Amino acid sequence: MKSPTTAGAKPEQELGAEQLGMFLYQMMLMRRFEEKAGEMYTRGKVRGFLHLYTGQEACAVGAINALEEQDKVVTHYRDHGHALARGVDPNRIMAELFGRQDGVSGGRGGSMHLYDVEKGFLGGYAIVTAHLPLAVGLGLASQMKKQNAVIMCVFGDGSVGEGEFHEALNLSVLWKTPVVFFCENNLYGMGVPFHESLSTEIPKLAAAYNMPAVSVDGMDVLAVHRATRIAVDHCRAGNGPYFVEAMTYRYRGHSMADPELYRLKDEIEQYRKRDAIEKLKAYMAERGDLDEAKLAELGERVEHVVEQAVDFAEQSPNPPISTLMDHLYKETAGG
Amino acid sequence: MAEMRMRDALREAMREEMLRDPDIFLMGEDIGAYGGSYAVTKGLLEEFGEERVRDTPIAESGIVGAGIGAAMGGMHPMVEMMTINFSFLALDQIVNSAAKLHHMSNGQISVPLVIRMASGGGSQLAATHSHSLEGLYAHFPGLKVVCPSNPADAKGLLKRAFRDQNTVIFIEHTANYSVKGEVPDDPDFLVEFGQANILREGSDVTIVGYSGSVHQAMRAATMLQEQEDLSAEVIDLRTLRPLDMETVINSVKKTNRCVIVEDDWKFGGFAGELSAQVMEQAFDYLDAPVARVSCKDVPLPYNRNLEFAALPSEEDVVEAVLAML
Ligand SMILES: Cc1ncc(C[n+]2csc(CCOP(=O)(O)OP(=O)(O)O)c2C)c(N)n1
Ligand SMILES: [Mg+2]
Repeated sequence: MKSPTTAGAKPEQELGAEQLGMFLYQMMLMRRFEEKAGEMYTRGKVRGFLHLYTGQEACAVGAINALEEQDKVVTHYRDHGHALARGVDPNRIMAELFGRQDGVSGGRGGSMHLYDVEKGFLGGYAIVTAHLPLAVGLGLASQMKKQNAVIMCVFGDGSVGEGEFHEALNLSVLWKTPVVFFCENNLYGMGVPFHESLSTEIPKLAAAYNMPAVSVDGMDVLAVHRATRIAVDHCRAGNGPYFVEAMTYRYRGHSMADPELYRLKDEIEQYRKRDAIEKLKAYMAERGDLDEAKLAELGERVEHVVEQAVDFAEQSPNPPISTLMDHLYKETAGG
Repeated sequence: MAEMRMRDALREAMREEMLRDPDIFLMGEDIGAYGGSYAVTKGLLEEFGEERVRDTPIAESGIVGAGIGAAMGGMHPMVEMMTINFSFLALDQIVNSAAKLHHMSNGQISVPLVIRMASGGGSQLAATHSHSLEGLYAHFPGLKVVCPSNPADAKGLLKRAFRDQNTVIFIEHTANYSVKGEVPDDPDFLVEFGQANILREGSDVTIVGYSGSVHQAMRAATMLQEQEDLSAEVIDLRTLRPLDMETVINSVKKTNRCVIVEDDWKFGGFAGELSAQVMEQAFDYLDAPVARVSCKDVPLPYNRNLEFAALPSEEDVVEAVLAML
């Protein structure tokens, strides 16, 4: 499915029913996909580390739909939502979680390392902050090759304590690379509240490097979308990088292995009351763009796509042992 | 052919490759206006301009990461690490990104990147600035590791590195920068990876070296010939990954003895890998256990006498050979 792009539209311009419907569909798909992934983990079909995106859907949908086809996305290991928003095939994402041959990474990456180069989805990165310098380099390549591509670089609040965060922001401003630094601040890096691991506020860090920075409500897909469209336009016009902090919340544990000793159930309930999907539904209903029938239809579509993804993953074979040593080096003409 | 020093041969390689391929560009600390810490990139900024010869902040991890990103985006960058000692700050990018992305993405992504770094002790720079860790990088599947010992190889191997679709760690021993030699000027002169060079033929013992230690090996061979009337075969590995074991094994089958010389520490060093492979592949041909002549297991001290006592010398090599007869 092609993601709807709003590129070219004025950031303040209101979105039409069709685009809102697509946003809602994508957010519902992510929610259902993650529920299913969690279930598959519990049933032992998915192993390793599994980080669910539940609660943060407005971030990926708002930000990634601000991109054009030639643009690129790199993100951290909580990457299923970003891949789905970029139009990566849900069947192949689920197959990757299952470790199967038809997974987007051929079963070599797993949940944390999804890649679909054709879609401009250049990866989930599981070393916190490692992909920020990569985004600067991708931006540099776009600039040097005059490709006019913007790099959407997604990371969590936990990234800001790493040296590479500062190295990347500084370099990006110095070289004016077209990178949107998109920080999903879900208040925790594993179990540590971000204000206990940072002595200031996140946008101030970007401002310190002379990078324009905003903070938006990450539980509001339209607010995220508006802010990231401004950011993407800024980058595409050759003005250098732009920083967006989206304040959000994850409903599930850090990973499936998290006993969640560091927060109260009540806090989760408070955020659920501000749920981004419910918010968009209410907005659409108010505009007359959503009724019971349409909602039911969306629900069925999502259910169908997720069921199909599980079937696809189940049926995909394990990669043959004979391929173990494949792709260690890329063939080079003459050696 | 022209006679030049290794640093000039390296610069020629970069110049020629940059003229050939517009996707190649250079970045690193002080490679532009300063001309490079070891003057390897001197003059390239003037010739190619700021877009293709980029001075960077002192941020090893950031600039190697940016190099990887640019490579993923279709460029073919060279990142200079100033010296191998500072590359530790970029180790995660080299090991977790550059070496793994091709495999982990099931072949979708490639990282055609050259990372150059100076290495080696012997200059009284003390422990933090004197590492020889070619073997460390050779440990990681997904990387290629190149370490020339002379100007012609330096040029041919560096040019070859820019034609590779993978990340090449290109290590230059500082003692070799001023070594002179004849260098081909044919712009298509390449030295293939994975082809060791027999620098001197012999029949009594095989001495294997790479990078800086090739010179101790050669001097030892001369001493053995002149003082002991022994004929040593000297092999320069040139690249550690891919590794040309065939040349080493064939030599050992002929000489029945093997000494490995390296500047790295003995404990866990690359000589251990070589010696294990000789044992696995030529056990029945050996007349004596393989000997390793390595750096003493100590951080290299500043004091000249102490530093020399720690580093392997040609006398150490001669001694090791005589001990196995
Ligand atoms: C360099 C590094 N250090 C530590 C870890 C272990 N780790 C994985 S996720 C994580 C928390 C990161 O939190 P944040 O960036 O806020 O992202 P979130 O999980 O909240 O989406 C940690 C410490 C890691 N993967 N990489
Ligand atoms: Mg977080």
